[in-house]
Amino acid sequence: MGRRWTTWTGIGLTALLVLFLTLPVLLSIVAGLSVNYARGLSAGLTLTWVVQVWDLYADTILRSLIVAAATLVLTLLIGVPGAYALVRRGGRTARLVEEVVTLPVAIPGLALALGLIITYGGFGTFRQSTLFIAVGHVLFTLPFMLRAVMAVLETIDWRVLDEGAASLGAPAWRRFVDVILPNIREGILAGSLTVVTLSVGEFNLTWMTHTPTTKTLPVGLADAYASMRLEIASAYTLVFLVMIVPPLVGLQMVAGPRRERLGP
Amino acid sequence: MPARRFDLLLILPLAIFTLAFLILPLARLGATAAGGERGAMAFLAILTEPRYRTSLIATLLLALATTAATLTIATVAAQTLANRRFPGRGLLLALLTFPLAFPGVVVGFMVILLGGRLGLVGSVTKAVAGTNVVFAYSLIGLFLGYLYFSVPRVLLTLLAAAEKLDPALVEAARSLGAGPLAIQRDVVLPALFPALYTGGALCFATAMGAFGTAFTLATNVDVVPMLIYTEFTLATNAAMAAALSIALGVVTWLALVLARLRATGA
Repeated sequence: MGRRWTTWTGIGLTALLVLFLTLPVLLSIVAGLSVNYARGLSAGLTLTWVVQVWDLYADTILRSLIVAAATLVLTLLIGVPGAYALVRRGGRTARLVEEVVTLPVAIPGLALALGLIITYGGFGTFRQSTLFIAVGHVLFTLPFMLRAVMAVLETIDWRVLDEGAASLGAPAWRRFVDVILPNIREGILAGSLTVVTLSVGEFNLTWMTHTPTTKTLPVGLADAYASMRLEIASAYTLVFLVMIVPPLVGLQMVAGPRRERLGP
Repeated sequence: MPARRFDLLLILPLAIFTLAFLILPLARLGATAAGGERGAMAFLAILTEPRYRTSLIATLLLALATTAATLTIATVAAQTLANRRFPGRGLLLALLTFPLAFPGVVVGFMVILLGGRLGLVGSVTKAVAGTNVVFAYSLIGLFLGYLYFSVPRVLLTLLAAAEKLDPALVEAARSLGAGPLAIQRDVVLPALFPALYTGGALCFATAMGAFGTAFTLATNVDVVPMLIYTEFTLATNAAMAAALSIALGVVTWLALVLARLRATGA
């Protein structure tokens, strides 16, 4: 007996889904590298647009990298000890704290940004600095670092490790640095890669928190989509795609295909 | 050092950051919303004033339609991909989840590449039928954009659930004479239900709060996030923007809380 029609419908629909999700990415790569997209590939391939993107938007690309690095450092400093503290305490209070600190996952970025601007809009230098953007990114990515680290902490026997080291006379902070941290490095790595990917692509918050002198890559992309020819917009998108592939591949390697999802 | 003091030291950076950049801003947002010329009635205005109400209804409908379509497509795709091994499967799954990392603006641009003035669909229809079909800037374009960022969000969750489903159950139902729809209704969907529930809530919350896609496509449908943005920047109506933000935040947060309560059975 041949395959049932339902099987074929399923395969057909899945194939359509693959096309729907991947074809536009392919189109944007082609458009960013072709001399004239409207005339098709016959007009030839070029790197002119990519070079032009660099001339026009190099500052946004560099700023996105700086913001991602700053966001990563801050989420590590805040998130890793915080996650350990929450797991150590446990109980209802810890759950409540966790609920509050992971709120930014559930609240739209626009609302968070509005709150930040209303609160800190008066602090001119801070408001206009790249740090202000990084703070927004930390707010949004911190829950992902916390969850990644807490997930690993819950699979290892941190209590036994900690008490073992304590019985040897190590002080609390040394036990954390020398014993706990090495044992949760996989969670820290997964959290870090997620944070970097999300930070490089963050738009909803950044569109509100940026100033003309602190534009990031996605903000520049929105500019380019509105005012530049399709080839430049595509070449710029290509730069973005190239930037997020390394952390995403890393994430696949660390966590496998069942990785914790990014977003919302 | 006593354990309690060490715990406090560990949590201190998180506590300071959360107080300064989450709790205080949210409190200020609430105060701003209630401190406008309408006072706390600003929240009521979302429902009574036609412009806000229309936007809210349109956003709710768009989010619901996106959720329904996403769950349908992802359920079919998950069953097709589950328990089927073929070369390149890992790469295919990676490609299907790659758009998760795209900001909304990039998703909007992907729709433009499909259905914009120089889009793929337009050039095909132009070659075949002589008319350049452009849909990117219409409601269809907006819907496709929402679908683009929603399906990858729920696909892996549903795939994991579909792989736990025992194929023998489906086989048994089939040999007992159940048709494909009956199998879906009585065997598959009940097994996938927890995943559908959490995935659906995540999808709905994301669609409600999405901003970048609507911003890039600049459709004349004003979704609530676009309305918040225009109220704040163009109309400089901070109070109304804050009230809308809080209402939107409460809706998305509730959707996710309900999903989690249901999923954990608490």
